[in-house]
Amino acid sequence: MAMQVKFHNVAADYKLGPIRQSFVLQSVNLAISSGTFSAVIGPTGSGKSSLLKVLNGLLVPKQGQAHIGDQVIEKENDKHVYKEVRKRVGMVFQFPESQLFAETVLQDICFGPINFGVPFEEAKKLASDVIEQVGLEQDILTKSPFSLSGGQKRRVAIAGILAMNPDILVLDEPGAGLDPKGKAEIMSLILNWHRKKEMTTLLVTHDMEDVAHYADEVIVMENGSVVMHEEVRDFFSDDQRLEKWSLELPNARRFQLKVEQDTGVKLPNICLTKNELVEALIKVGLA
Amino acid sequence: MNKLILGRYFPGDSWLHRLDPRSKLIAGVAFIFIIFLADSLQAFALLWVFTLFVMRLSGVGFRTYVRGVRPLIWLILFATLMQMLFRTGGATFVDWGPITISEYGIINGFYVFCRFVLIIFFSTVVTLTTKPIDLTDGIGSLLRPLRKLKVPVDELALMLSISLRFIPNLMDETQRIMDAQRARGTQFGEGSLIQQMKTLVPIFLPLFASSLNRAEDMANAMEVRGYQSGTKRSTFRQLSWKRIDTASLFIMVVLAGVLLVVRTI
Ligand SMILES: Nc1ncnc2c1ncn2[C@@H]1O[C@H](COP(=O)(O)OP(=O)(O)OP(=O)(O)O)[C@@H](O)[C@H]1O
Ligand SMILES: [Mg+2]
Repeated sequence: MAMQVKFHNVAADYKLGPIRQSFVLQSVNLAISSGTFSAVIGPTGSGKSSLLKVLNGLLVPKQGQAHIGDQVIEKENDKHVYKEVRKRVGMVFQFPESQLFAETVLQDICFGPINFGVPFEEAKKLASDVIEQVGLEQDILTKSPFSLSGGQKRRVAIAGILAMNPDILVLDEPGAGLDPKGKAEIMSLILNWHRKKEMTTLLVTHDMEDVAHYADEVIVMENGSVVMHEEVRDFFSDDQRLEKWSLELPNARRFQLKVEQDTGVKLPNICLTKNELVEALIKVGLA
Repeated sequence: MNKLILGRYFPGDSWLHRLDPRSKLIAGVAFIFIIFLADSLQAFALLWVFTLFVMRLSGVGFRTYVRGVRPLIWLILFATLMQMLFRTGGATFVDWGPITISEYGIINGFYVFCRFVLIIFFSTVVTLTTKPIDLTDGIGSLLRPLRKLKVPVDELALMLSISLRFIPNLMDETQRIMDAQRARGTQFGEGSLIQQMKTLVPIFLPLFASSLNRAEDMANAMEVRGYQSGTKRSTFRQLSWKRIDTASLFIMVVLAGVLLVVRTI
Protein backbone atom coordinates (compact mmCIF):
# COMPACT_ATOMS: atom_id res chain seq x y z
CA MET A 1 0.00 0.00 0.00
CA ALA A 2 1.29 3.39 -0.81
CA MET A 3 0.56 6.61 0.95
CA GLN A 4 0.35 10.26 0.32
CA VAL A 5 2.28 12.92 2.20
CA LYS A 6 1.08 16.45 2.64
CA PHE A 7 2.53 19.37 4.55
CA HIS A 8 0.30 22.28 5.32
CA ASN A 9 2.08 25.44 6.46
CA VAL A 10 4.46 23.56 8.73
CA ALA A 11 6.84 25.48 10.99
CA ALA A 12 9.13 23.78 13.49
CA ASP A 13 12.12 24.48 15.74
CA TYR A 14 14.36 22.65 18.18
CA LYS A 15 13.68 24.16 21.53
CA LEU A 16 16.92 24.55 23.37
CA GLY A 17 16.22 25.61 26.94
CA PRO A 18 16.78 29.31 27.45
CA ILE A 19 18.11 29.96 23.98
CA ARG A 20 15.24 30.86 21.74
CA GLN A 21 15.81 29.66 18.20
CA SER A 22 14.33 30.82 14.97
CA PHE A 23 12.29 28.24 13.09
CA VAL A 24 14.36 25.64 11.22
CA LEU A 25 11.31 24.92 9.07
CA GLN A 26 9.02 27.76 8.00
CA SER A 27 5.72 27.65 6.18
CA VAL A 28 6.50 24.41 4.42
CA ASN A 29 3.78 23.43 1.97
CA LEU A 30 4.28 20.19 0.16
CA ALA A 31 2.21 17.50 -1.50
CA ILE A 32 3.90 14.27 -2.46
CA SER A 33 1.74 11.81 -4.29
CA SER A 34 1.68 8.17 -3.49
CA GLY A 35 4.36 6.01 -5.08
CA THR A 36 6.74 8.75 -6.17
CA PHE A 37 10.46 8.82 -5.60
CA SER A 38 11.41 12.36 -4.51
CA ALA A 39 14.88 13.74 -4.01
CA VAL A 40 15.33 16.45 -1.38
CA ILE A 41 18.26 18.74 -2.05
CA GLY A 42 19.52 22.03 -0.69
CA PRO A 43 22.53 23.56 1.03
CA THR A 44 23.83 22.42 4.42
CA GLY A 45 21.58 23.56 7.24
CA SER A 46 18.63 24.21 4.97
CA GLY A 47 16.43 21.84 6.96
CA LYS A 48 16.37 18.68 4.88
CA SER A 49 16.96 16.35 7.80
CA SER A 50 14.48 18.31 9.88
CA LEU A 51 11.84 17.89 7.18
CA LEU A 52 12.32 14.13 7.34
CA LYS A 53 12.07 14.16 11.13
CA VAL A 54 8.67 15.84 10.94
CA LEU A 55 7.45 13.00 8.75
CA ASN A 56 8.27 10.59 11.54
CA GLY A 57 6.98 12.61 14.46
CA LEU A 58 10.49 13.08 15.81
CA LEU A 59 10.26 16.82 15.30
CA VAL A 60 6.81 18.13 16.09
CA PRO A 61 5.48 21.12 14.16
CA LYS A 62 4.89 24.30 16.15
CA GLN A 63 2.44 25.43 13.48
CA GLY A 64 0.60 23.71 10.68
CA GLN A 65 -0.05 20.03 10.04
CA ALA A 66 1.72 17.16 8.35
CA HIS A 67 -0.64 14.57 6.86
CA ILE A 68 0.80 11.10 6.44
CA GLY A 69 -1.80 8.89 4.89
CA ASP A 70 -4.81 9.32 7.15
CA GLN A 71 -2.74 10.38 10.17
CA VAL A 72 -2.20 14.02 11.08
CA ILE A 73 0.81 15.31 13.00
CA GLU A 74 0.39 18.70 14.59
CA LYS A 75 1.34 20.57 17.72
CA GLU A 76 -0.51 18.28 20.13
CA ASN A 77 -0.83 14.60 19.27
CA ASP A 78 -1.98 11.40 20.86
CA LYS A 79 0.74 8.83 21.47
CA HIS A 80 -0.88 6.35 19.13
CA VAL A 81 -0.47 8.81 16.26
CA TYR A 82 3.29 8.58 16.63
CA LYS A 83 3.19 4.82 16.86
CA GLU A 84 1.00 4.56 13.79
CA VAL A 85 3.11 7.02 11.82
CA ARG A 86 6.40 5.38 12.75
CA LYS A 87 5.04 2.02 11.74
CA ARG A 88 4.23 3.35 8.28
CA VAL A 89 7.26 5.57 7.79
CA GLY A 90 10.62 3.82 7.70
CA MET A 91 13.43 6.23 8.41
CA VAL A 92 17.03 5.59 7.47
CA PHE A 93 19.11 8.20 9.28
CA GLN A 94 22.44 9.51 8.18
CA PHE A 95 25.06 6.92 9.18
CA PRO A 96 22.37 4.46 10.26
CA GLU A 97 24.98 1.94 11.37
CA SER A 98 25.22 3.88 14.65
CA GLN A 99 21.85 2.46 15.68
CA LEU A 100 22.97 -1.18 15.64
CA PHE A 101 23.00 -2.65 19.12
CA ALA A 102 21.79 -6.24 19.32
CA GLU A 103 23.84 -9.37 19.88
CA THR A 104 23.21 -10.72 16.41
CA VAL A 105 22.29 -9.20 13.10
CA LEU A 106 19.07 -11.20 13.18
CA GLN A 107 17.97 -9.69 16.49
CA ASP A 108 18.83 -6.23 15.30
CA ILE A 109 16.80 -6.55 12.13
CA CYS A 110 13.87 -7.99 14.10
CA PHE A 111 13.92 -5.12 16.61
CA GLY A 112 11.75 -2.79 14.56
CA PRO A 113 9.13 -5.32 13.40
CA ILE A 114 8.77 -6.75 16.92
CA ASN A 115 8.30 -3.28 18.39
CA PHE A 116 5.43 -2.83 16.00
CA GLY A 117 3.80 -6.07 17.01
CA VAL A 118 5.04 -8.61 14.46
CA PRO A 119 5.45 -12.06 16.09
CA PHE A 120 9.05 -13.25 16.41
CA GLU A 121 8.72 -16.18 13.99
CA GLU A 122 7.35 -13.91 11.31
CA ALA A 123 9.99 -11.27 12.00
CA LYS A 124 12.67 -13.93 11.51
CA LYS A 125 11.24 -14.76 8.11
CA LEU A 126 11.20 -11.07 7.22
CA ALA A 127 14.81 -10.75 8.31
CA SER A 128 16.08 -13.60 6.19
CA ASP A 129 14.09 -12.24 3.25
CA VAL A 130 15.35 -8.72 3.64
CA ILE A 131 19.00 -9.65 4.23
CA GLU A 132 19.15 -11.04 0.72
CA GLN A 133 17.48 -7.97 -0.69
CA VAL A 134 20.33 -5.84 0.66
CA GLY A 135 22.86 -8.17 -0.93
CA LEU A 136 24.19 -10.02 2.09
CA GLU A 137 24.51 -13.75 2.80
CA GLN A 138 22.16 -15.61 5.14
CA ASP A 139 24.99 -16.66 7.46
CA ILE A 140 25.60 -13.04 8.44
CA LEU A 141 22.37 -13.19 10.46
CA THR A 142 24.09 -15.03 13.30
CA LYS A 143 27.07 -12.69 13.47
CA SER A 144 27.47 -9.71 15.77
CA PRO A 145 26.71 -6.43 14.01
CA PHE A 146 29.81 -4.93 15.61
CA SER A 147 32.07 -7.40 13.79
CA LEU A 148 30.99 -6.31 10.30
CA SER A 149 32.65 -3.92 7.89
CA GLY A 150 31.33 -0.39 7.50
CA GLY A 151 29.48 -1.16 4.27
CA GLN A 152 27.96 -4.34 5.69
CA LYS A 153 26.82 -2.48 8.80
CA ARG A 154 25.12 0.10 6.60
CA ARG A 155 23.27 -2.62 4.73
CA VAL A 156 22.19 -4.34 7.93
CA ALA A 157 20.90 -1.04 9.30
CA ILE A 158 18.93 -0.41 6.12
CA ALA A 159 17.63 -3.99 6.25
CA GLY A 160 16.39 -3.29 9.77
CA ILE A 161 14.22 -0.50 8.40
CA LEU A 162 13.03 -2.38 5.30
CA ALA A 163 11.98 -5.29 7.52
CA MET A 164 9.38 -2.99 9.07
CA ASN A 165 7.73 -3.02 5.66
CA PRO A 166 7.09 0.71 5.59
CA ASP A 167 4.75 2.37 3.13
CA ILE A 168 6.89 5.47 3.11
CA LEU A 169 10.65 5.24 3.12
CA VAL A 170 12.75 8.27 4.00
CA LEU A 171 16.51 8.18 3.65
CA ASP A 172 19.03 10.75 4.79
CA GLU A 173 22.09 10.46 2.56
CA PRO A 174 22.25 6.66 2.67
CA GLY A 175 25.39 6.61 0.54
CA ALA A 176 27.45 9.05 2.62
CA GLY A 177 30.93 7.78 3.37
CA LEU A 178 30.78 4.69 1.18
CA ASP A 179 32.92 3.86 -1.84
CA PRO A 180 31.28 4.60 -5.23
CA LYS A 181 30.53 0.95 -5.92
CA GLY A 182 29.01 0.32 -2.50
CA LYS A 183 26.99 3.50 -2.81
CA ALA A 184 25.64 2.54 -6.24
CA GLU A 185 24.66 -0.88 -4.92
CA ILE A 186 22.80 0.60 -1.98
CA MET A 187 21.02 3.09 -4.21
CA SER A 188 19.93 0.41 -6.65
CA LEU A 189 18.65 -1.86 -3.89
CA ILE A 190 16.61 1.05 -2.59
CA LEU A 191 15.23 1.73 -6.06
CA ASN A 192 14.32 -1.95 -6.52
CA TRP A 193 12.55 -2.05 -3.18
CA HIS A 194 10.76 1.19 -4.00
CA ARG A 195 9.44 -0.27 -7.25
CA LYS A 196 8.58 -3.67 -5.86
CA LYS A 197 6.64 -2.36 -2.87
CA GLU A 198 5.25 0.70 -4.64
CA MET A 199 6.49 2.81 -1.80
CA THR A 200 6.59 6.56 -1.48
CA THR A 201 10.26 7.36 -1.12
CA LEU A 202 12.07 10.51 -0.04
CA LEU A 203 15.81 10.69 -0.44
CA VAL A 204 18.01 13.46 0.92
CA THR A 205 21.14 13.73 -1.18
CA HIS A 206 23.88 16.11 -2.21
CA ASP A 207 24.64 14.18 -5.37
CA MET A 208 22.99 15.36 -8.58
CA GLU A 209 23.72 11.99 -10.21
CA ASP A 210 21.46 10.35 -7.63
CA VAL A 211 18.77 12.87 -8.41
CA ALA A 212 19.08 12.26 -12.14
CA HIS A 213 19.19 8.48 -11.87
CA TYR A 214 16.58 7.67 -9.28
CA ALA A 215 14.17 10.51 -8.60
CA ASP A 216 10.82 11.31 -10.22
CA GLU A 217 10.52 14.65 -8.45
CA VAL A 218 12.91 17.15 -6.92
CA ILE A 219 12.29 19.17 -3.77
CA VAL A 220 14.70 22.08 -3.21
CA MET A 221 15.01 23.49 0.28
CA GLU A 222 16.56 26.73 1.35
CA ASN A 223 16.56 28.39 4.75
CA GLY A 224 13.93 26.05 6.09
CA SER A 225 11.47 26.44 3.25
CA VAL A 226 10.64 24.42 0.18
CA VAL A 227 11.54 26.77 -2.65
CA MET A 228 10.91 24.41 -5.53
CA HIS A 229 9.12 21.15 -6.15
CA GLU A 230 8.89 19.77 -9.65
CA GLU A 231 9.42 16.88 -12.05
CA VAL A 232 13.03 15.91 -12.37
CA ARG A 233 13.15 16.55 -16.13
CA ASP A 234 11.64 20.00 -15.82
CA PHE A 235 14.03 20.67 -13.03
CA PHE A 236 17.10 19.91 -15.13
CA SER A 237 15.81 21.62 -18.25
CA ASP A 238 16.54 25.15 -17.06
CA ASP A 239 20.30 25.24 -16.66
CA GLN A 240 20.40 28.98 -15.98
CA ARG A 241 18.19 28.54 -12.97
CA LEU A 242 20.34 25.69 -11.72
CA GLU A 243 23.35 27.93 -12.00
CA LYS A 244 21.56 30.51 -9.91
CA TRP A 245 21.07 27.91 -7.16
CA SER A 246 24.71 26.91 -7.72
CA LEU A 247 23.63 23.35 -8.35
CA GLU A 248 25.58 21.05 -10.61
CA LEU A 249 24.17 19.40 -13.69
CA PRO A 250 24.34 15.62 -13.93
CA ASN A 251 27.20 14.45 -16.13
CA ALA A 252 25.01 13.20 -18.98
CA ARG A 253 23.10 16.45 -19.17
CA ARG A 254 26.31 18.48 -19.09
CA PHE A 255 27.72 16.34 -21.90
CA GLN A 256 24.51 16.82 -23.87
CA LEU A 257 24.72 20.60 -23.59
CA LYS A 258 28.34 20.52 -24.70
CA VAL A 259 27.52 18.34 -27.72
CA GLU A 260 24.60 20.57 -28.67
CA GLN A 261 26.83 23.63 -28.40
CA ASP A 262 29.69 22.13 -30.42
CA THR A 263 27.67 20.48 -33.20
CA GLY A 264 24.68 22.79 -33.31
CA VAL A 265 22.41 19.71 -33.30
CA LYS A 266 19.64 19.68 -30.74
CA LEU A 267 18.93 16.33 -29.10
CA PRO A 268 15.25 15.35 -28.99
CA ASN A 269 14.96 15.06 -25.21
CA ILE A 270 16.65 16.00 -21.97
CA CYS A 271 19.09 13.23 -21.07
CA LEU A 272 19.74 12.49 -17.42
CA THR A 273 21.58 9.19 -17.60
CA LYS A 274 24.26 7.67 -19.76
CA ASN A 275 21.83 5.30 -21.45
CA GLU A 276 19.39 8.03 -22.34
CA LEU A 277 22.23 10.06 -23.78
CA VAL A 278 23.50 7.17 -25.90
CA GLU A 279 20.01 6.54 -27.26
CA ALA A 280 19.45 10.20 -28.09
CA LEU A 281 22.84 10.45 -29.81
CA ILE A 282 22.05 7.39 -31.92
CA LYS A 283 18.66 8.82 -32.79
CA VAL A 284 20.09 12.03 -34.24
CA GLY A 285 22.93 10.12 -35.93
CA LEU A 286 25.81 11.44 -33.89
CA ALA A 287 26.84 8.01 -32.65
CA MET B 1 19.07 17.60 28.87
CA ASN B 2 19.77 21.04 27.52
CA LYS B 3 18.32 22.70 30.57
CA LEU B 4 21.38 22.42 32.76
CA ILE B 5 22.75 25.92 33.31
CA LEU B 6 25.24 25.07 36.06
CA GLY B 7 28.44 24.12 34.24
CA ARG B 8 27.66 25.98 31.04
CA TYR B 9 29.71 28.79 29.58
CA PHE B 10 28.11 31.96 28.24
CA PRO B 11 30.53 33.85 26.01
CA GLY B 12 30.89 37.48 26.96
CA ASP B 13 33.35 40.22 27.63
CA SER B 14 32.59 41.28 31.18
CA TRP B 15 35.10 42.12 33.82
CA LEU B 16 34.47 38.69 35.32
CA HIS B 17 35.10 36.94 32.01
CA ARG B 18 38.56 38.46 31.95
CA LEU B 19 39.58 37.33 35.41
CA ASP B 20 42.10 34.53 35.68
CA PRO B 21 40.31 31.18 36.09
CA ARG B 22 42.42 30.46 39.15
CA SER B 23 41.18 33.48 41.03
CA LYS B 24 37.59 32.60 40.14
CA LEU B 25 38.06 29.02 41.28
CA ILE B 26 39.62 30.09 44.57
CA ALA B 27 36.87 32.67 45.09
CA GLY B 28 34.22 30.05 44.30
CA VAL B 29 35.57 27.59 46.85
CA ALA B 30 36.18 30.34 49.39
CA PHE B 31 32.60 31.53 49.02
CA ILE B 32 31.29 28.14 50.15
CA PHE B 33 33.26 28.47 53.37
CA ILE B 34 32.38 32.12 53.80
CA ILE B 35 28.70 31.31 53.55
CA PHE B 36 28.90 29.17 56.66
CA LEU B 37 30.19 32.15 58.61
CA ALA B 38 26.85 33.87 58.16
CA ASP B 39 24.47 33.28 61.05
CA SER B 40 22.28 36.35 61.19
CA LEU B 41 19.78 38.06 58.98
CA GLN B 42 22.15 40.99 58.50
CA ALA B 43 24.93 38.64 57.40
CA PHE B 44 22.65 36.97 54.83
CA ALA B 45 21.46 40.35 53.62
CA LEU B 46 25.08 41.30 53.01
CA LEU B 47 25.74 38.03 51.15
CA TRP B 48 22.69 38.53 48.99
CA VAL B 49 23.75 42.03 48.06
CA PHE B 50 27.25 40.84 47.29
CA THR B 51 26.09 37.86 45.19
CA LEU B 52 23.51 39.87 43.27
CA PHE B 53 26.18 42.46 42.55
CA VAL B 54 28.57 39.80 41.23
CA MET B 55 25.76 38.28 39.12
CA ARG B 56 25.07 41.72 37.74
CA LEU B 57 28.75 42.10 36.81
CA SER B 58 28.68 38.87 34.79
CA GLY B 59 26.33 40.49 32.29
CA VAL B 60 24.11 37.41 32.21
CA GLY B 61 20.42 37.98 32.90
CA PHE B 62 18.94 37.10 36.29
CA ARG B 63 16.45 34.70 34.72
CA THR B 64 19.26 32.48 33.50
CA TYR B 65 20.45 32.04 37.07
CA VAL B 66 16.97 31.24 38.27
CA ARG B 67 16.81 28.53 35.63
CA GLY B 68 20.06 27.16 37.02
CA VAL B 69 18.41 26.72 40.42
CA ARG B 70 15.27 25.13 39.03
CA PRO B 71 16.56 21.54 38.58
CA LEU B 72 17.59 21.49 42.25
CA ILE B 73 14.52 23.20 43.64
CA TRP B 74 13.01 20.03 45.17
CA LEU B 75 16.20 19.23 46.99
CA ILE B 76 16.37 22.77 48.32
CA LEU B 77 12.75 22.83 49.41
CA PHE B 78 13.16 19.46 51.08
CA ALA B 79 16.13 20.65 53.13
CA THR B 80 14.29 23.85 54.00
CA LEU B 81 11.16 21.98 55.09
CA MET B 82 13.17 19.59 57.23
CA GLN B 83 14.49 22.57 59.16
CA MET B 84 11.12 24.22 59.41
CA LEU B 85 9.22 21.16 60.57
CA PHE B 86 11.60 19.48 62.95
CA ARG B 87 13.73 22.14 64.54
CA THR B 88 12.60 23.45 67.89
CA GLY B 89 13.49 26.53 69.88
CA GLY B 90 12.19 30.04 70.47
CA ALA B 91 8.48 30.65 70.20
CA THR B 92 6.55 27.60 69.04
CA PHE B 93 3.70 28.25 66.63
CA VAL B 94 2.48 24.76 65.84
CA ASP B 95 3.08 21.60 67.82
CA TRP B 96 1.91 18.24 66.46
CA GLY B 97 4.02 15.68 68.20
CA PRO B 98 7.30 15.41 66.35
CA ILE B 99 6.33 18.13 63.90
CA THR B 100 6.84 21.57 65.29
CA ILE B 101 6.97 24.88 63.56
CA SER B 102 9.05 27.13 65.72
CA GLU B 103 10.75 30.47 65.45
CA TYR B 104 14.18 28.85 65.16
CA GLY B 105 12.88 26.40 62.64
CA ILE B 106 11.62 29.12 60.35
CA ILE B 107 14.78 31.16 60.65
CA ASN B 108 17.01 28.14 60.06
CA GLY B 109 14.89 27.00 57.14
CA PHE B 110 15.38 30.41 55.62
CA TYR B 111 19.15 30.21 56.19
CA VAL B 112 19.38 26.79 54.57
CA PHE B 113 17.40 28.03 51.58
CA CYS B 114 19.68 31.06 51.22
CA ARG B 115 22.83 28.96 51.52
CA PHE B 116 21.77 26.60 48.74
CA VAL B 117 20.64 29.33 46.40
CA LEU B 118 23.64 31.55 47.03
CA ILE B 119 26.12 28.73 46.49
CA ILE B 120 24.41 27.76 43.24
CA PHE B 121 24.27 31.34 42.06
CA PHE B 122 27.91 31.96 42.86
CA SER B 123 29.21 28.73 41.28
CA THR B 124 27.06 29.46 38.26
CA VAL B 125 28.76 32.83 37.95
CA VAL B 126 32.13 31.07 37.90
CA THR B 127 31.20 28.53 35.22
CA LEU B 128 29.15 30.95 33.14
CA THR B 129 32.06 33.34 32.82
CA THR B 130 34.90 30.83 32.37
CA LYS B 131 35.55 28.70 29.32
CA PRO B 132 35.65 25.01 30.27
CA ILE B 133 39.14 24.75 28.89
CA ASP B 134 40.31 27.64 31.08
CA LEU B 135 38.62 26.03 34.02
CA THR B 136 40.60 22.82 33.55
CA ASP B 137 43.81 24.77 33.01
CA GLY B 138 43.08 26.61 36.22
CA ILE B 139 42.40 23.42 38.15
CA GLY B 140 45.56 21.85 36.77
CA SER B 141 47.56 24.87 37.78
CA LEU B 142 46.08 25.03 41.27
CA LEU B 143 46.72 21.34 41.85
CA ARG B 144 50.32 21.57 40.70
CA PRO B 145 51.76 21.46 44.24
CA LEU B 146 50.30 17.95 44.55
CA ARG B 147 52.84 16.79 41.97
CA LYS B 148 55.33 16.59 44.80
CA LEU B 149 53.10 13.90 46.29
CA LYS B 150 53.33 11.98 42.99
CA VAL B 151 49.75 12.82 42.04
CA PRO B 152 49.56 12.80 38.20
CA VAL B 153 48.17 16.31 38.07
CA ASP B 154 48.72 16.95 34.37
CA GLU B 155 47.10 13.69 33.37
CA LEU B 156 44.12 14.45 35.59
CA ALA B 157 43.76 17.89 34.07
CA LEU B 158 44.02 16.42 30.57
CA MET B 159 41.37 13.80 31.38
CA LEU B 160 39.11 16.48 32.71
CA SER B 161 39.49 18.68 29.66
CA ILE B 162 38.97 15.77 27.25
CA SER B 163 35.82 14.75 29.11
CA LEU B 164 34.47 18.27 29.06
CA ARG B 165 35.33 18.55 25.40
CA PHE B 166 33.25 15.49 24.53
CA ILE B 167 30.15 16.19 26.58
CA PRO B 168 28.39 18.09 23.75
CA ASN B 169 29.29 15.37 21.24
CA LEU B 170 27.97 12.72 23.57
CA MET B 171 24.72 14.59 24.06
CA ASP B 172 24.26 15.04 20.31
CA GLU B 173 25.00 11.40 19.74
CA THR B 174 22.56 10.30 22.44
CA GLN B 175 19.90 12.41 20.81
CA ARG B 176 20.61 10.94 17.39
CA ILE B 177 20.54 7.37 18.58
CA MET B 178 17.37 7.97 20.58
CA ASP B 179 15.72 9.38 17.47
CA ALA B 180 16.85 6.39 15.43
CA GLN B 181 15.47 3.88 17.94
CA ARG B 182 12.24 5.83 18.30
CA ALA B 183 11.84 5.59 14.55
CA ARG B 184 12.15 1.82 14.99
CA GLY B 185 9.30 1.82 17.44
CA THR B 186 10.91 2.23 20.86
CA GLN B 187 8.73 4.20 23.24
CA PHE B 188 10.66 5.79 26.05
CA GLY B 189 9.10 6.39 29.43
CA GLU B 190 6.32 3.84 29.00
CA GLY B 191 5.43 0.57 30.62
CA SER B 192 6.84 -1.00 33.76
CA LEU B 193 10.22 -0.13 35.23
CA ILE B 194 11.76 -3.27 33.70
CA GLN B 195 10.38 -2.38 30.28
CA GLN B 196 11.74 1.13 30.59
CA MET B 197 15.16 -0.20 31.54
CA LYS B 198 15.08 -2.44 28.51
CA THR B 199 14.60 0.53 26.21
CA LEU B 200 17.91 1.90 27.46
CA VAL B 201 19.94 -1.00 26.02
CA PRO B 202 19.49 0.07 22.38
CA ILE B 203 20.77 3.51 23.35
CA PHE B 204 23.67 2.75 25.61
CA LEU B 205 25.22 -0.08 23.62
CA PRO B 206 25.71 1.99 20.44
CA LEU B 207 26.80 4.92 22.59
CA PHE B 208 29.45 2.84 24.35
CA ALA B 209 30.58 1.36 21.07
CA SER B 210 31.03 4.75 19.46
CA SER B 211 32.66 6.22 22.56
CA LEU B 212 35.17 3.38 22.65
CA ASN B 213 35.91 3.87 18.97
CA ARG B 214 36.34 7.55 19.50
CA ALA B 215 38.62 7.00 22.49
CA GLU B 216 40.74 4.67 20.42
CA ASP B 217 40.97 7.18 17.56
CA MET B 218 41.91 9.86 20.04
CA ALA B 219 44.55 7.69 21.70
CA ASN B 220 46.06 6.89 18.31
CA ALA B 221 46.05 10.54 17.31
CA MET B 222 47.78 11.48 20.54
CA GLU B 223 50.36 8.75 20.17
CA VAL B 224 51.12 9.72 16.59
CA ARG B 225 51.81 13.25 17.74
CA GLY B 226 54.23 11.99 20.34
CA TYR B 227 52.16 12.27 23.49
CA GLN B 228 53.74 10.55 26.45
CA SER B 229 52.36 10.63 29.91
CA GLY B 230 54.58 11.69 32.74
CA THR B 231 56.74 14.07 30.77
CA LYS B 232 56.88 17.76 31.49
CA ARG B 233 55.21 19.95 28.92
CA SER B 234 54.53 23.60 28.45
CA THR B 235 51.05 24.88 27.69
CA PHE B 236 49.76 26.75 24.69
CA ARG B 237 47.34 28.83 26.70
CA GLN B 238 49.16 30.81 29.34
CA LEU B 239 47.36 31.83 32.47
CA SER B 240 48.29 35.26 33.67
CA TRP B 241 47.62 36.46 37.16
CA LYS B 242 46.85 40.16 37.08
CA ARG B 243 46.47 42.77 39.74
CA ILE B 244 42.72 42.57 39.37
CA ASP B 245 42.84 38.91 40.39
CA THR B 246 44.67 39.76 43.58
CA ALA B 247 42.15 42.53 44.14
CA SER B 248 39.18 40.20 43.76
CA LEU B 249 40.64 37.71 46.21
CA PHE B 250 41.22 40.60 48.57
CA ILE B 251 37.53 41.44 48.28
CA MET B 252 36.71 37.88 49.31
CA VAL B 253 38.99 38.24 52.35
CA VAL B 254 37.25 41.49 53.27
CA LEU B 255 33.88 39.81 52.91
CA ALA B 256 34.99 37.00 55.20
CA GLY B 257 36.35 39.56 57.66
CA VAL B 258 33.13 41.55 57.76
CA LEU B 259 31.11 38.38 58.34
CA LEU B 260 33.41 37.36 61.17
CA VAL B 261 32.94 40.75 62.80
CA VAL B 262 29.15 40.62 62.41
CA ARG B 263 29.20 37.12 63.86
CA THR B 264 30.86 38.05 67.09
CA ILE B 265 28.40 40.80 67.86
N1 LIG C 1 19.12 18.46 17.23
C1 LIG C 1 19.19 19.75 16.90
N2 LIG C 1 19.13 20.70 17.85
C2 LIG C 1 19.19 22.00 17.55
N3 LIG C 1 19.30 22.48 16.31
C3 LIG C 1 19.36 21.61 15.31
C4 LIG C 1 19.32 20.20 15.54
N4 LIG C 1 19.41 19.57 14.34
C5 LIG C 1 19.51 20.54 13.42
N5 LIG C 1 19.47 21.76 13.98
C6 LIG C 1 19.52 23.05 13.26
O1 LIG C 1 18.49 23.06 12.31
C7 LIG C 1 18.92 23.62 11.09
C8 LIG C 1 18.61 22.68 9.95
O2 LIG C 1 19.33 21.48 10.15
P1 LIG C 1 19.15 20.20 9.26
O3 LIG C 1 19.96 19.11 9.90
O4 LIG C 1 17.72 19.94 9.03
O5 LIG C 1 19.86 20.64 7.91
P2 LIG C 1 20.22 19.77 6.64
O6 LIG C 1 19.60 20.45 5.49
O7 LIG C 1 19.88 18.35 6.90
O8 LIG C 1 21.79 19.95 6.57
P3 LIG C 1 22.91 18.88 6.05
O9 LIG C 1 22.91 18.95 4.58
O10 LIG C 1 24.18 19.43 6.63
O11 LIG C 1 22.55 17.55 6.60
C9 LIG C 1 20.39 23.92 11.25
O12 LIG C 1 20.53 25.30 11.43
C10 LIG C 1 20.81 23.18 12.48
O13 LIG C 1 21.77 23.92 13.20
MG1 LIG D 1 21.05 16.56 7.21
